[in-house]
Amino acid sequence: MFIVKYIKEVWSAIKSLLIGMRRTGYYFTHHKEIITQQYPDNRDTLNLPERFKGEVVMPHDEKNEHRCTGCTACELACPNGTIKVITKFDISPEGKKKKAIDKLVYHLELCTMCNLCVIACPSDAIVMAQTFEHSVFDRSKLTKILNNPGSKIMDGVE
Amino acid sequence: MVEEIGTTTEGDLIINVGPQHPATHGVLHLVITLNGETVKKVEPHLGYIHRSIEKMCESLTYRQFIYVTSRMDYLSSHINNHGCALCVEKGLQIEVPARAQVIRVIMDELTRIASHELWWGAMAMDIGAFTPFFHAFRERESINDIMEETCGARLTMNYMVPGGVMIDIHPNFQKKVKDFIAFYRTKMNESDELLTGNIIFQNRMKGVGLLSKEDAISFGCTGPTARGSGLNCDIRKLYPYEIYNSVTFEEVLETSGDSLARYMVRLREIKQSINIIEQLIDNIPEGDFQAKTKAVLKLPKGEFYSRVETARGEFGVYIVSEGGTTPYRIKFRSPGFANLSALDHMARGSKLGDLVAMMGTLDLVIPDIDR
Amino acid sequence: MFEVYDLSFMWSLSNITQTINSWLNQTFSPTWALIFEMVIVGICVISLFAILGLVLVLMERKVSAWMQIRLGPNRVGPKGMLQSFADTLKLLVKEGLTPNGADKFLFNLAPFIAMIVAMLLMAPIAFARDFKMWDMNIGVLYVTAVSSISVISILMAGWASNNKYSLMGAMRSGAQIVSYELSAGLAILSIVVLTGSLNLNDIIQSQANGWWIFKGHIPVLISFVIFIIAVTAETNRAPFDLAEAESELTAGFHTEYSGMKFALFFLAEYVNVFIVCAIGATLFLGGWMPFHIGNWQGFNHIMDYIPSSIWFFGKTFFLIFLIMWFRWTFPRLRIDQLLNLEWKYLLPISMFNIILVTAMAILGWHF
Repeated sequence: MFIVKYIKEVWSAIKSLLIGMRRTGYYFTHHKEIITQQYPDNRDTLNLPERFKGEVVMPHDEKNEHRCTGCTACELACPNGTIKVITKFDISPEGKKKKAIDKLVYHLELCTMCNLCVIACPSDAIVMAQTFEHSVFDRSKLTKILNNPGSKIMDGVE
Repeated sequence: MVEEIGTTTEGDLIINVGPQHPATHGVLHLVITLNGETVKKVEPHLGYIHRSIEKMCESLTYRQFIYVTSRMDYLSSHINNHGCALCVEKGLQIEVPARAQVIRVIMDELTRIASHELWWGAMAMDIGAFTPFFHAFRERESINDIMEETCGARLTMNYMVPGGVMIDIHPNFQKKVKDFIAFYRTKMNESDELLTGNIIFQNRMKGVGLLSKEDAISFGCTGPTARGSGLNCDIRKLYPYEIYNSVTFEEVLETSGDSLARYMVRLREIKQSINIIEQLIDNIPEGDFQAKTKAVLKLPKGEFYSRVETARGEFGVYIVSEGGTTPYRIKFRSPGFANLSALDHMARGSKLGDLVAMMGTLDLVIPDIDR
Repeated sequence: MFEVYDLSFMWSLSNITQTINSWLNQTFSPTWALIFEMVIVGICVISLFAILGLVLVLMERKVSAWMQIRLGPNRVGPKGMLQSFADTLKLLVKEGLTPNGADKFLFNLAPFIAMIVAMLLMAPIAFARDFKMWDMNIGVLYVTAVSSISVISILMAGWASNNKYSLMGAMRSGAQIVSYELSAGLAILSIVVLTGSLNLNDIIQSQANGWWIFKGHIPVLISFVIFIIAVTAETNRAPFDLAEAESELTAGFHTEYSGMKFALFFLAEYVNVFIVCAIGATLFLGGWMPFHIGNWQGFNHIMDYIPSSIWFFGKTFFLIFLIMWFRWTFPRLRIDQLLNLEWKYLLPISMFNIILVTAMAILGWHF
């Protein structure tokens, strides 16, 4: 029957539309399903996972000592030339010359957060920090020196 | 007027869709010849986001070049990295530990679900439904959170390294993945309610953008695009890598070759991916997550090729090595490029609105096409 | 046939209008009084426009946000209530560009035509009991006739922009609006047949003992559904937004418009939605007439205490919400499917339906 088929067709079409409207209507009335995160407001409660790759930092302990030996493994591992290790020679109390870092220059603007430098570091001197708000007004601010001024290498790290 | 299709005559409307256009999801530039509303010719102009990744890789070592491939098909960056890692492992003949293999497969399948979810939302947007986009992103966010916890990033993870994975999985990983699957199952029928069953959607997709199996082969289409035409080209089945031959899953095939078929293939693939993850998530073997490798990797002189199945199709990595620390020449076979080439063939004679829907079903990622 | 309920008279706005009218007539000569009244009405219409634009834009954004599991605007003012003021301010200070190759006169004229059409359509609508601008006896005919002009503004905008996307959007819109007017007209006609009058006031009065959507059985329900579909298409709203078709034509006929000229198109769209919903509410849902059930005197009296303007705006906003609900649920149709839907489904159904309605009116089968 043509007429019956026609009416059935129209009805199934309308039904399929109503099913969709039921779904959106459900979300319209159920506000607990809302998933929006109000980012700058929830900064205090924002929990980034500890492995989040935000930027490379060099942790220092309370005596202002780091673990970097200046071996340039990170510099070699980096695909983009992000890290530049500038070494100097410290004179130890016994009068021996010892290689140490003068500056570990880190170009955040070149970094792709690939984590290869952290993996490559033999003495775990650099780690990834969870910071992610890197916007600055001047590009030169993105070039960072990771070791603190006047810092020394930790005892026992070779 | 079939004979007119494919030729430009006086009175044809030539419009530039892109490089800035809401339908192209990036900087794809299509020059479309229109006769009224009917598409006569589609000419993709590429190169707007060409970054010469292949050339870049030639100056990077075998550990370093993998991260660049995340920037190609950024929606399946894990799988791209996986393909590169596989190729390097093939050259060095590294045996990947069982644990790393399982982790890699789980990550790949999670990536596939995330990619297909995003595609579903973007595709809905292409045909004018805006709401599914946000619903798709909710599911994708949950996957991204899992990725973020284990790999430390949400989009360009760089998690696969030659010999295994970079870091062991996070202690919460298994629980999170199981939670996600439970959550996903409750939201699964939403795609049917909002789009698949919808009469407008069915009419928009059925019978448009026809691509026959022969054409799919001759254009080099792979992935869901070709499987919608009935071509069984799933690399996971044909050339199983890692542990894909020990998990049971079905190669999704649709035979009609229209936009709806490609759509259905992707939706059903999500279910297969969940199936794979469920088989593996409780059975991650103990052991190393990374094989012991030398500090400096040197591939022996020769040519190496490996392929993986990304969310878009076959991704091939071809490395020519001269024995040094960096590849002599590298070539990526990206699925998007070949799939895009079929667009002109599919779109001729259809309406402008359908062209946009076809582009949606091809699941184009522009950086993947241009590299 | 219909009784008059005087209970809600204390809420009525007609007291105010009559007071103003008599005061003006006492103070000035009748001509000046008429002129002053016209000025007052003009100011009222423009301010109503502004308020409607602000409210409807905010409403659309909130509705879409909640359907898309988002929060929606929540920054400007309490709970984002002032968001549309901020939007308006932004559009006001934005430069209104006119493209070089455009037909400058038509390009600048088009948004005003869209606006004027929307303003003209306000005239016969009864916003509350005895509160309307022009009590004309051909209200329905006037509305259908004037609303057809709106297609001219869209065609003008599309052609004058000298942009291929705009042109295609305009052409699509032309075909669409012309087709869908047929079934919208037939749906309206079914009520005219039942009432026997083209006067919107008579139509409202005829619904004193029950709205047509309840009194008219299934045929009127069918015409109501067809009316809603047709007006959604006529106002270029999704799923029939082919004139704009964001993913295909970037923004369709108003691709080249910016600043206040764009805002006028934007406003005209929302005001058009309001007007067609007001017409729908008047024809099918009884306009400002309260909800009455047969002989339940107590219930009817309570309903009469709700002011008539609240009834009118409540019904209208319910229909507007329905149209917004469509927009945020459905995908867009293709142009040939759009015309198929009209010519193969809606038009035959509404033609058959009008026969049913006519038979029903002749035989007196409605309540």
